Amino acid sequence: MQLSYAGDNAVILYLGESASAAVAARVQAAAAAARTVLGHDLIDLVPSYASLLVIYDPLRTDHMSVLQRLQGIREAIDNASASESGREIILPVYYSTESGPDLERLAQQCELSVEEVIELHSSAEYRVYAIGFAPGFAYLGEVDPRIAVPRLATPRSKVPRGAVAIADRQTAVYPAVSPGGWNLIGNCPQRMFDPDAEPSMPVAVGDRVRFEPISRARFLELGGELA
Amino acid sequence: MSLIVRQPGLLSLLQDPGRFGRHGIGLTTGGPLDREAFELCQRLLGNDPGCTAIEASFGGLELEAQTDTFICVTGATVPLTINDRERALWTVHKIEAGDHITLGYAKDGCRSYLGVAGGFNIAPQFGSSATVVREKLGGLRGDKLAPEDVLPCARVTEQVRLQLPRDLQPQYPRQVTVRVIPGYQQHHFDRLQQRRFFSSAWTVSQRCDRMGYRLEGPAIHCDIEGILSEGICFGAIQIPADGQPIVLLNDRQTIGGYPKIGAALSLDAGRMAQLQPGGTVHFAAISPHDAHNALHLHHWRIQHMPLQESQERDR
Repeated sequence: MQLSYAGDNAVILYLGESASAAVAARVQAAAAAARTVLGHDLIDLVPSYASLLVIYDPLRTDHMSVLQRLQGIREAIDNASASESGREIILPVYYSTESGPDLERLAQQCELSVEEVIELHSSAEYRVYAIGFAPGFAYLGEVDPRIAVPRLATPRSKVPRGAVAIADRQTAVYPAVSPGGWNLIGNCPQRMFDPDAEPSMPVAVGDRVRFEPISRARFLELGGELA
Repeated sequence: MSLIVRQPGLLSLLQDPGRFGRHGIGLTTGGPLDREAFELCQRLLGNDPGCTAIEASFGGLELEAQTDTFICVTGATVPLTINDRERALWTVHKIEAGDHITLGYAKDGCRSYLGVAGGFNIAPQFGSSATVVREKLGGLRGDKLAPEDVLPCARVTEQVRLQLPRDLQPQYPRQVTVRVIPGYQQHHFDRLQQRRFFSSAWTVSQRCDRMGYRLEGPAIHCDIEGILSEGICFGAIQIPADGQPIVLLNDRQTIGGYPKIGAALSLDAGRMAQLQPGGTVHFAAISPHDAHNALHLHHWRIQHMPLQESQERDR
């Protein structure tokens, strides 16, 4: 664990060199421990691939006290276990050319059949490494290298809500209509961000996610929409 | 009981202090770019610091009162008129139903705060009324103000009309020194690059908005091109591949993968956000210890700034 100043009300903890399930578990453990040691002095946490940004109230405490308390959570972090951390979440996906306009091209590019792409994408367990870019946008990793293709050279101006997408070793479900440059292979009928729902997001950083292929009929039954 | 928007101006947004504790689902904070002017507006009105006010960027806002109340405008130097009569900024004014309130265009600074007695009554989303257009959250419809928008507020007929003494009113020069706490990937910028960063005059580019202020000057090089995306705090200073710094503000994305040299002291980032394109920024390094002291002194100053009763005639 390495600590660095970030701003006048924030410090950042570095918990590994690269993204992995083990590092994700350390980030999770650090977040839980930071909440405990900082209590009401904490304003917010931003967990990410291999770091944790800790934002505190500088009018209640100071950087010295925060650093000292965060030094005390090393043991909790070192004891983090990758296999036990996070909840398991299953997200239904209608994989098809009508819901995933890049599915066929991606299969050709990877010299695989469409079925093999679906099999590879839906058989892996992904870790929620980070949430950002837009409300509810969860970065999931890691995608099987056989279907890891780079972002589009020209991003789309409009990606539909629910689009399931791949960019390099990462995959995600677009929580709302937005511009985007990832490869679209299907659509998930479950809302990834709903400001009026509680909770507003089905996943949190550190959760483990699996995708379950569903039929067109089931997709529509679950409220999925085709553009 | 409400104020009606007749002209929204270039960019007028309902803001409270911001949306905190929601970075975990990817929500940014929003809130007033110039926290000092916002807080003084609430203090002058005797409001709770968490009340909702309008942040008008560059001015051009026109409102019509449909109730009796009191208003106060702080921040950028804009002409304020009530029924075509010019009125003072940093001063509480009595408003009667039917009154027409206009903010002209900003001369010095570019963010004005128009508050109302008791604050605007806006339903919070995720605990805050702060408008973040990019997230479609807060305010009315998650969007900027539009003509005919109705801004609910209470009817208030009695209030002490306070004023911030002229010599205490913030000034908005076109040049701002921003104190910076070195941090994040600071060690990936060598001595020469750091010296260049701290000794250059930076110009505010046209690309300055509530997400961040892009500055133009000599290119700053970093040893590394990118990093694993990580949390971005308020004021963080990103240096992308073109070497031109971006000071990240209230509507920043919560995570990002550009190297950062440190973060602006929040007070100074607020002052910088009053600069229009073409304004000048200098950076000066300070220690976390000095930053902490500066925040406390400032907070104390805002809380204890002596307010006086306005001598202005009402009408």
